[in-house]
Amino acid sequence: MSAPNQSPLTSHESPSYSPLGYPTNLLAPGQTYETVNKTIAEIPLSRAPMSWRFGFFVAFLLLMMFLVAITWLFAKGVGIWGVNIPVAWGFAIVNFVWWVGIAHAGTFISAILLLLFQHWRTAINRFTEAMTLFAVACAGSMPLLHLGRPWVFYWLFPYPDTMGVWPQFRSPLVWDVFAVGTYFTISLLCVVSLDFSVAIVPGWHSTIFPPYFVAGAIYSGFAMSLNIVIPVRKIYHLEHLITERYLNNMANIMLATGLIVAYGYFIEAFMAFYSGDIFERYMMMNRAFGPYGWVFWTLMVFNVLVPQTLWSARIRRNTVALFIVALFINAGMWIERFVIVVTSLTRDFTPSAWHMYSPTKWDWMTLFGSVGLFLTLQFLFIRLVPMISISETRELVAEPDKATIK
Amino acid sequence: MSQHYGLLAEFSNHEDLLRAAETAYAAGFRKMDAFAPFPVEGLPEALGKKTRLPLLVLIGGIIGGVGAYYMEWYANAVSYVINIGGRPIHSWPAFIPITFELTVLAAGLTAFFFSLGLSGLPRPHHPLFNVPEFERASQDRFFLCIETRDPNFNRDQTRAFLQGLSPLSIAEVPE
Repeated sequence: MSAPNQSPLTSHESPSYSPLGYPTNLLAPGQTYETVNKTIAEIPLSRAPMSWRFGFFVAFLLLMMFLVAITWLFAKGVGIWGVNIPVAWGFAIVNFVWWVGIAHAGTFISAILLLLFQHWRTAINRFTEAMTLFAVACAGSMPLLHLGRPWVFYWLFPYPDTMGVWPQFRSPLVWDVFAVGTYFTISLLCVVSLDFSVAIVPGWHSTIFPPYFVAGAIYSGFAMSLNIVIPVRKIYHLEHLITERYLNNMANIMLATGLIVAYGYFIEAFMAFYSGDIFERYMMMNRAFGPYGWVFWTLMVFNVLVPQTLWSARIRRNTVALFIVALFINAGMWIERFVIVVTSLTRDFTPSAWHMYSPTKWDWMTLFGSVGLFLTLQFLFIRLVPMISISETRELVAEPDKATIK
Repeated sequence: MSQHYGLLAEFSNHEDLLRAAETAYAAGFRKMDAFAPFPVEGLPEALGKKTRLPLLVLIGGIIGGVGAYYMEWYANAVSYVINIGGRPIHSWPAFIPITFELTVLAAGLTAFFFSLGLSGLPRPHHPLFNVPEFERASQDRFFLCIETRDPNFNRDQTRAFLQGLSPLSIAEVPE
C-alpha cells in the first residue's frame, strides 16, 4: 500500500477487513477516474429504475396529503389540531425539532469531518448536505404552520414597518427565525434547544439541553442518512463507491452519540431528583409512570436498547439489520421530541391547569406529509443531480493512502 | 502573439502536475494556472496563488455580528421599548444568539459570493475551451497553462520549457 510512485490509475490492492474485523476500504479495488465518472454521472442521465418511480410515487402521494393538511389548516386554523392550553406546542413543534435534528447531521458530516480530515465523508457528504437542506425545508414549514395567522409571518422579521413595532429579540422564538434562516445557508441547532432551556417549565429548564440536543441530532441525522444511503446504494449498485466502511463508521457514530443521548436521559432523571425541586421530581415520575409513561418506555427501547445491537460487527455489516436499527432510531428521536414537548406541558405546576393532549388526524397528516415533502425532494435530488461528489471521489482514486486504513 | 491566450501542457497524474507547477514557478512564471479533475493538495501554493478570502470572510463576519447586535439594540432598547417584568431593556445575553447566527450567515455569504467573484465566476466562456483536449480536465487529465501575458512568456522558449517537463502533449490556446 505504500508505493508512493504508484500510478493513480492502478487498482488498490489491500485486504477489505482489518484484523479486528473493521472494513478498511473507502473505495472498492479497481476504481479508475473513468469508472468513477461513469458510475456517478450515468445515474441522472439514464432512465429511472422502477424502484425509483415507485418510491417517488409514494413520496408524492404523501406530499399531496401534506398539501391537503395545510390547505385545511389555513382554511380552519390551528383548532383542527390537538393543541390546547397548556399544550400549545403540539406536533408542529415536535416535528420542527425532529427535522432540525436530522438536518444537523448533514452539517456535521460536511463540516466537522472535513475539519478533522476524515476522508470517509467523501461518498456521503453530498447526500447528507441535500438531506440537510430538505430537512430544514420541512422544519421551517412547521413553525409557520403553527402560527395562528400565517399570512402575517413576515412580522417575525425586523423590518421598519408602518406600525412602528419591532420583534422582541429577548424571545427565544425570534432566535429561531434567524436560526432557520441561517440554516438554509449554513447551520445551527443549539439555538433551537435554547427555546426549551430558557423556559421555566419543569423538564425544560435545563442547561444540559444544548449538548444533548446536538448529540441527539447527530444520532438521528446519521440514522436518516443510513435509511437513505442503504437503499440507494443497493438500487444503483454503488457498493464499490459507498463501501462497507462508510456504513460501519456511520453505525459507530450512531452508537457513540446514542450512548451520549442515553447518558442525557439518565442525567435528566438524576438531576430531577438531585435538585429536590418538587415540580422537577413530579415531572420525572409523571414522564415515566404517568399517562404518557408508555411513550417514555417506547423511547427507552427504541433509542437506548435497540442501538446496543450496533456493538456487534455482524449487525453493522448487515445492511438490512442496520437499516432497521436506523429506522428505530429515527422513530425514537421523534418520540423523544414528543416526550420532551408534550409530557412536560400537559402537567406543569398547578393541577387545575393540567390538560391531556391527543393528536388529531390532521396532526398525523402533517407529520407524514412532511415526510412526503422530504422524500419527494430527496427522490428528485437523486434523479437530477450526481448524488456523490465526483471530484472528491477521484481524489480517493488518486491518493490510495487516504482511501484505506492500515 | 496577441491572438493566443497561452500554452497548455497536459499531464497524466497530479504528481506530475504538481512538479511541473513548482518548476514553472521556480523558472519565474507567474501568470499561469493549473486544472485538475479534483482538488490537488499544495497546488495553489506551488503556483504561488494567494487568496484574500479568509480576511474577507473575517470582515464579513464582523460586519454581520456588529450589525445584528446593533439592530437588536436599536429595535428593543431605543425604537420600541417594552418593559417585561422589569427585566433590563438592554439585556445583552438574550441578544447573543442572533448576533452569533447573523455572524455565521454573513461570513458564509461573504465566502460564497467572494469565492465566486474572485475566481471570475460565473463565466460562460474561456479561451481554454477552444482546446478540445481540455474537456478531460474534468475527467482524468491534468493541465498547466502558461499565459502569454506573463512577462517571461516567449512562444518558442516557453514551449521548449514545457517540453522539458515531459508532458503528454502541448497545445497552443487560441484567444
